[in-house]
Amino acid sequence: MNPTVLLAAFFATAIEVIEMVAIVVGVGVARSWRASLVGASAGLVVLVALVAGLGTAVRDVPLTPVRLLVGALLLVFGLQWLRKGVLRVARDGWGVGHSAPDVDSADSGERGFDWTGFVLSFKGVSLEGLEVAVIVVAFGAAAGAVGSAVVGAAAAVLVLGALGGLTYRLVARIPRRALQLFVGAMLTTFGTFWAGEGLGVAWPGDQWALLALGAVYVVAALGLLRWVRHWRRDTKHRTAQQRATSNPSPSGMHQ
Amino acid sequence: MNSVLRGVRAFVMFWVDFVIGDDWTVAATVALALLGTWGLTRAGVIAWWLLPLAVLAITTVSLRRSVERELRHDQPG
Repeated sequence: MNPTVLLAAFFATAIEVIEMVAIVVGVGVARSWRASLVGASAGLVVLVALVAGLGTAVRDVPLTPVRLLVGALLLVFGLQWLRKGVLRVARDGWGVGHSAPDVDSADSGERGFDWTGFVLSFKGVSLEGLEVAVIVVAFGAAAGAVGSAVVGAAAAVLVLGALGGLTYRLVARIPRRALQLFVGAMLTTFGTFWAGEGLGVAWPGDQWALLALGAVYVVAALGLLRWVRHWRRDTKHRTAQQRATSNPSPSGMHQ
Repeated sequence: MNSVLRGVRAFVMFWVDFVIGDDWTVAATVALALLGTWGLTRAGVIAWWLLPLAVLAITTVSLRRSVERELRHDQPG
């Protein structure tokens, strides 16, 4: 066992595993645990088959188009959720949906198996898993210690997966509407980052750009929330004025 | 045969809904931004800012349109 390779593989894969766990927990809490876990399992099965079939040649799998495809899909879907979350929190407030069945079953897949949740988790796990596999093979082959790299990566998956399992109860306490907004921002963040990487963009700060993007999107969503409330009041006021001008009512008769 | 066609239709509709949703302009703007980012990157220009900027701009425009549409629908008559 090579402890240097083990630790390097642990920390290098930890970032990818955090992204994977964040998507699975976010989709599980906001949509459907069954779909999210089945999607994650299917992603792992595809990954295991790929690694078993290709062996160390997994290094040659072109990650760039995979990142672009997965990133673009997560981006457009995340944006749908972000917009819906902002509109609904602006209309109903933060508390609606807390510890209650989802008000809009179309977003949660309550009418049967939630294929959208499945696809989101599947893509997150298969892409991040593929990156983990590439890291393991690259670190392990370079130092001639593939076994140590596999143990380091497996430890990262177990430790961070357990942390995700422990924190999901906390995440589940967030009201549905707020969760839709924040999970939407998270999916938009990952989507922007991966799609950019797939196009050859060099993000400032590399993986740290994920945190910056996430912060920008959350702050923007909170700002848009205020604007939407203001637009609603403004448009209602204008409409009422237009109606009063076009249909002047004899208000004096009621007094 | 009918069930196969229904299955294909459901599959296509799932992806249309997944990608386009209720506002096609969002997906179209993202596609244009991806294309622009690709073009700028190929030309050697730093382009990381384009995608987040397009995302913020189209989200704002789309939300504004949604509010107006929603209030129009709420009006009686």
